[in-house]
This record gives sequence, structure tokens and C-alpha cells, in this order.
Amino acid sequence: MSTDGRQIVIPSQELGDTKTHKSGRGTFVERGKIYSERIGFLNIQGDMIHVVPITGRYDPTPGDFVIGIVEEASTSNWMVDINAPYPALLHVNEVPWEIDFGDTEKYLNKGDTILAKVLQVDESKKLQITLNDRNLFKIKGGHIIDVEASKVPRIIGKKGSMIALIKKYTRCRIFVGQNGRIWIDGDPEGIENALQAINKIQTEALSFGLTNRIEELLKKDAKDVR
Amino acid sequence: MTVVPAIKRDYITKLAEQGKRIDGRNFDHYRKIEIETGIVNKAEGSARVHIGNTQVLVGIKMDVGEPFPDSPNMGVLSTAAELVPLASPDFESGPPREDAIELARVVDRGVRESKVVEVEKLVITPGEKVWVLFIDIHILDYDGNLFDAASLGALAALSTTIVPAKRFELGEDYPLPMIEPPISCTAVKINNVVLFDPCYDEEVIADVRLTVATDYNGDIRAMQKGLNGSLTKEEIQKVIKGALDNGQEIRKKLMHSIGKKNV
Amino acid sequence: MKSDIELINSEGKRLDGRGPEDLRKIKIEAGVLHRADGSCSIEWGGNKILVAVYGPREAVPRHCQNPLRAIVQARYNMAAFSVEDRKRPGPDRRSVEISKVISEALEKVILTEQFPRATVDVNIEVLDAEAGTRCAGLTAAGVALVDAGIPLRDIPVACAAGKIGGRVVLDLGKEEDNFGDADLPIAISPRTGEVLLLQMDGHLTLDEFNQAYDLAVKGCQQVSEMQKKAITHKYQAIVAEVE
Repeated sequence: MSTDGRQIVIPSQELGDTKTHKSGRGTFVERGKIYSERIGFLNIQGDMIHVVPITGRYDPTPGDFVIGIVEEASTSNWMVDINAPYPALLHVNEVPWEIDFGDTEKYLNKGDTILAKVLQVDESKKLQITLNDRNLFKIKGGHIIDVEASKVPRIIGKKGSMIALIKKYTRCRIFVGQNGRIWIDGDPEGIENALQAINKIQTEALSFGLTNRIEELLKKDAKDVR
Repeated sequence: MTVVPAIKRDYITKLAEQGKRIDGRNFDHYRKIEIETGIVNKAEGSARVHIGNTQVLVGIKMDVGEPFPDSPNMGVLSTAAELVPLASPDFESGPPREDAIELARVVDRGVRESKVVEVEKLVITPGEKVWVLFIDIHILDYDGNLFDAASLGALAALSTTIVPAKRFELGEDYPLPMIEPPISCTAVKINNVVLFDPCYDEEVIADVRLTVATDYNGDIRAMQKGLNGSLTKEEIQKVIKGALDNGQEIRKKLMHSIGKKNV
Repeated sequence: MKSDIELINSEGKRLDGRGPEDLRKIKIEAGVLHRADGSCSIEWGGNKILVAVYGPREAVPRHCQNPLRAIVQARYNMAAFSVEDRKRPGPDRRSVEISKVISEALEKVILTEQFPRATVDVNIEVLDAEAGTRCAGLTAAGVALVDAGIPLRDIPVACAAGKIGGRVVLDLGKEEDNFGDADLPIAISPRTGEVLLLQMDGHLTLDEFNQAYDLAVKGCQQVSEMQKKAITHKYQAIVAEVE
């Protein structure tokens, strides 16, 4: 099965041999053969065989920018939902504010949204995130939606081309978290048009010529507004 | 439980104050409603209802049993609802909790008090043997407004139920005797704005919910307020009006779908 | 307790017209629910079953967690209206046992080491029952797991064989299950042939067991092809719609 020039493989599908290739992400080895463990795109780079998943929850990687929602404030940290299998811990030492003991709720409360970075993922998948960076902050205003984490690359596009297109025509500020959470701010029609474009990308992510179709849609919506 | 981001809550509220909803609907409009009957072979009657992405399956089973002591000449009605974990990441397995019980009781009253099912006709031997009718609501996909989906499902299932007389050696099978039903419509209030047929995002941030069932004469047959907010008299009137208008439309849909059953 | 019905005639024709090695009609569809991470609906003969997968997600309460791997919690549940005599809602002993054997089967094929302290919840709802619900449920669960993006060693599949009127046959139907001589549901990992679930009740000679086993495995392989078609169909449809 092939779409967009890339082949789709399913779990248990044989992809290669350890004699000639190495097992990359999304694959496992059994008796010298390499198999896919997910439904995804086959991606061979040199002698490494990877499968890029089409479905599945966000897999946190250190360095990823993520949009998180605060679940709980404790005395020296917050637990944050980053749309991963596990909640992430944000320690008081990882925020740009001086926090007195027990004052965590004064700064971040349940339901607050933050743009953070994944700091660390240990062997038992305990996650830590940080706000200690000029580019990271508590998000206010606008709207927030969840998309499938696997669709994020398509929404961002090659070198950010797709998201730049959407920002241009809708005149919205948009942050796309690697974790499949997207924040949009602008005037109401702009937000609506941006959402339409994003939904279209999600449904048609696997097809050819998507960038052109999105541009058509955005042009048309922008005209309708004026 | 999934935490609702304050941003989303604020956005939905702001939109409402500007006369809009996140899915672009009018305040008093419903999402697409689909009703299919005759879905479950083992059931005496069944219906699957979609309201937008919300999906509910209602099955009717009948048995022969004793009447309640205080109503010896009436059949027995029993309604249960299962908010199974399949339908939402927030539903847990275990015995029905208050949400499931409230849902079942509201649907039950809607059927019972409106006398939609002619229970006097479900007597086999007065005082001894009657038909027992079980309405079982199975939620399959939760995206708001379970009350209307479940009520509609129950009515559609009942309207296409065949009494299994043959199996109990009580004669030939026959359609369950029913009269034209009242239709239940639910609205929520978000910051003083009344919205009909709330989707999940709207329902979780709503202050208060009101369900009103109206019949083909334009009379009110049942009401239920939920959640811990309050309502003004005007708001209640608004919901009643919307329930009457939407009720008529939905009743047409229901009658149409019963005419085209799968059996 | 047997009935006088002839479950299979001298020509090998069964009550519903099937031959001894024929499967009932099967229809599988992936990704049918919106809230679930992965889902599948299956119609297998008179069975209608819906499966939703949630996860991986953090296992709660904490004492349930396994620090090294994900736990797999399958919950098999029959809707009250799914059977001839209405069933009281809630798990009964039969459902609990079936949930357990299905959980154990799925644990073997899910790459649980990738998600310590997490749980993969598999909810199997039987909406209309007609013999073989555990096999149909497990088969749909396999598809739902793929749909949810859970990493798998293989896509698990199940099928039953049995004995009726002295003959070994594939995929028992309702009367065959009630009045037959033996029932053997099996789940396998189709790539390796490893057995993930095996139960048997009734009476089989060693020879008959071997026949039934081989037949059930053959049935599993056939159903496995259908699972794979259902999975790829979902993604091809998206492409086709746009081109």
C-alpha cells in the first residue's frame, strides 16, 4: 500500500534482515528478521529501517516543544498533562519565577496552559518538563485544540511551510506542540479558518497535493471574510 | 478525569457572548441526528442513535413476571443505563454511579409518566402474570447530550419492539402497543447563554443543564435540571420554547425512521 | 443434554447451510469511535461486537502499576439485551474469566516493555451474541490495538473449532455450541503460530483434538487476512477519497 510516495506497513510485516540492515524506531527484531511494530510509513535511511507511526499517542522526546495543561499544583512542583501516556512533572526550579514554599498555585493553577519543553525522560518513563527558556511561557487567550500527534509533521510542513501558509492567510498566531496540541490566537474568523485548514490536513494527511488544496481553501476563506 | 484547559473554557464562553459556538451552530440547533432500528437480533426491539459524534444503543428485552403489588393490572417497566468505559476515557468500570442512575431514571420517567407504552395492555393474568419490559441504554461514544440520545433511542427501540408472545406460548408475536411519544430536548447554560444539544466541550464547562420533554400537543411532560448552577424564569422559558421547536423536528425524524425499520 | 436436531447431515451440510470448514460471514471495520484511541467493530455470524482501546495511559491506582512494563486490562462485557434471556448489567463470573484469558492473550503480543507503569485498556462490548463471542472480541481487539498505535509483535486473531454429530467442524454457530460435542476456541499470533488463548470443553479423542486444532488455526489464518484488509482499507479509503 503506498500513498504520497511512501509505503505504509502494518504490525508484524517483515521489513528486512539483520544481515543487511539495522532495526530503527518502530521496528523490532526476531530471529534475525526486522518487523514493523506499528502501522506507519516505511522509512529507510542508509541501512537503518524505521517505521514512522500514523497513529498512536505522543511519545515524549527531550527537546520537544509541548503545550501542556496543568493538572495539579503541589508544594514543590506541578503535574502537567502533555497528551502523553504519562503526566509530566514541572519542578519549581524549572520555572523563571522565584517561588516561595507552598506558593505554587499563585503562579500556575489547574487548567492553566503552558508552552514548555521536554527536559528529561528516564527509563521508567518519568517525564520532566521545563519553562526555563525565553521561548517558553504561560499561554493566555486564544483557543486550543488537540490533534493526533502523528499528524503534527504534516501540519507544520516541510521547513514549516504548511503552518506558515496558515498563519499568513488567517493572520493568526499559532503554536504547534509536538504533542499534538495546537494554540491559535487571532480574530474569530481567522481562528475558524485556521481550524478548518487544520482539520482538512488531519483528514487528508496521507494524500498527494495537499499543500495546494490547503492554499486554495485558505485563499477562498480569506476572500469570504473581506 | 481529563482537565479542561481554562483557555478552551474562555474561548467557548467568549464565542457564546458573541452569538457563536465552536462548531459553528446556532444556539438552538441540533447536530446531525441519525436513527437506525432493528440493530440487535437478540433484542425484542433496538435502536442506535447518533447525535453528532455521540452514539447510543438502546435494547428492549421482554420477559414474563409478577406485577408490582400496588399495580396488579399493569405491565412492569424497568430502565437501566450503562456508561461503559468503551465510550469515553473518563468512564470507569464498576456499578452504575450517579450519572448513569440519573440518566436511566430520567429516560424511565419520560417513558412511564407519558404512558407512551400502554402498560395496561401488557397484562397476561391480572394480579399474577404480566409482561416485564427492560429498557437498557448502552452508551457507545460520548460527545455530549446523552439525555436526548438515550431518550430518542429508547423511543425508537420501543416503537419497533415485537412482543415475543410465541416464545412464551402466549399466542402470536405482536407489536408493542404504543402512543405517540413526547420528545426530550436538552440545553445547557454557559455564562447566561442558553445552548441546545451541547457537545462534550460545551457540556463539561456548562453551569447548568435543563431537559424538557414536550408532546405533539405542545404540552410539557417532563423536566430535569442538572449540575450545580441556577436558572432564571426567562431562561427556563427559553429552553421550553427551544424544546417545543426542536421537539417537533425530532419527532418527525423519529416517525420517519420507525416507518423504515430494519426488521 | 442433546437435542434431536441433526446438526450436520451425511453430506456434511450444517443447519445454516455451511460446509464443515466454512466460516460464518465476517465483517470488520477499524476506527469507528471518536473518543477511543483505537476501535473496531466486528460482525461475525450473528455476533455484533464493538471494541475500544484506551492507552497506553498511566495505570491507577499506583499499586496496580508494574514498574517495568504496561499491564493489559481487557474487559469483556455483554450488553443486557445481547442475549435471549436479558442479562443483568455488570460483570458475572463468566465475563470475568473471559476478560482474564483475553488480557493474558493480548499481553503476549503487545510490546509492553515500552510503557512501564502504564495500562492498555481494551473494552470489549458484546452488543448481539451468537456463539464465539470471545473469539470475535479478541479478533476485533487486535484491530483496535493497531488502530490505537499500540506497538505489537503481531496482530492477534482467534477462531474456534468443535465437534458436532461426531464430526470436527470450524466456527460453531448457536445450536452447534449448545448441542454439539466439543468446543475449542483458540487465539494465535498468526506470524509465528504461537497459541495465545486455548480453552476446550466437551469430549475429543486425541485424533479429533489434532484435527480441531489444525482446523481452528486454519480458520485463524483466514480471519487474519480479513483483519489486515480492514486495517489497510481504512487508510486506502482516505487516499481514494481525495484523489
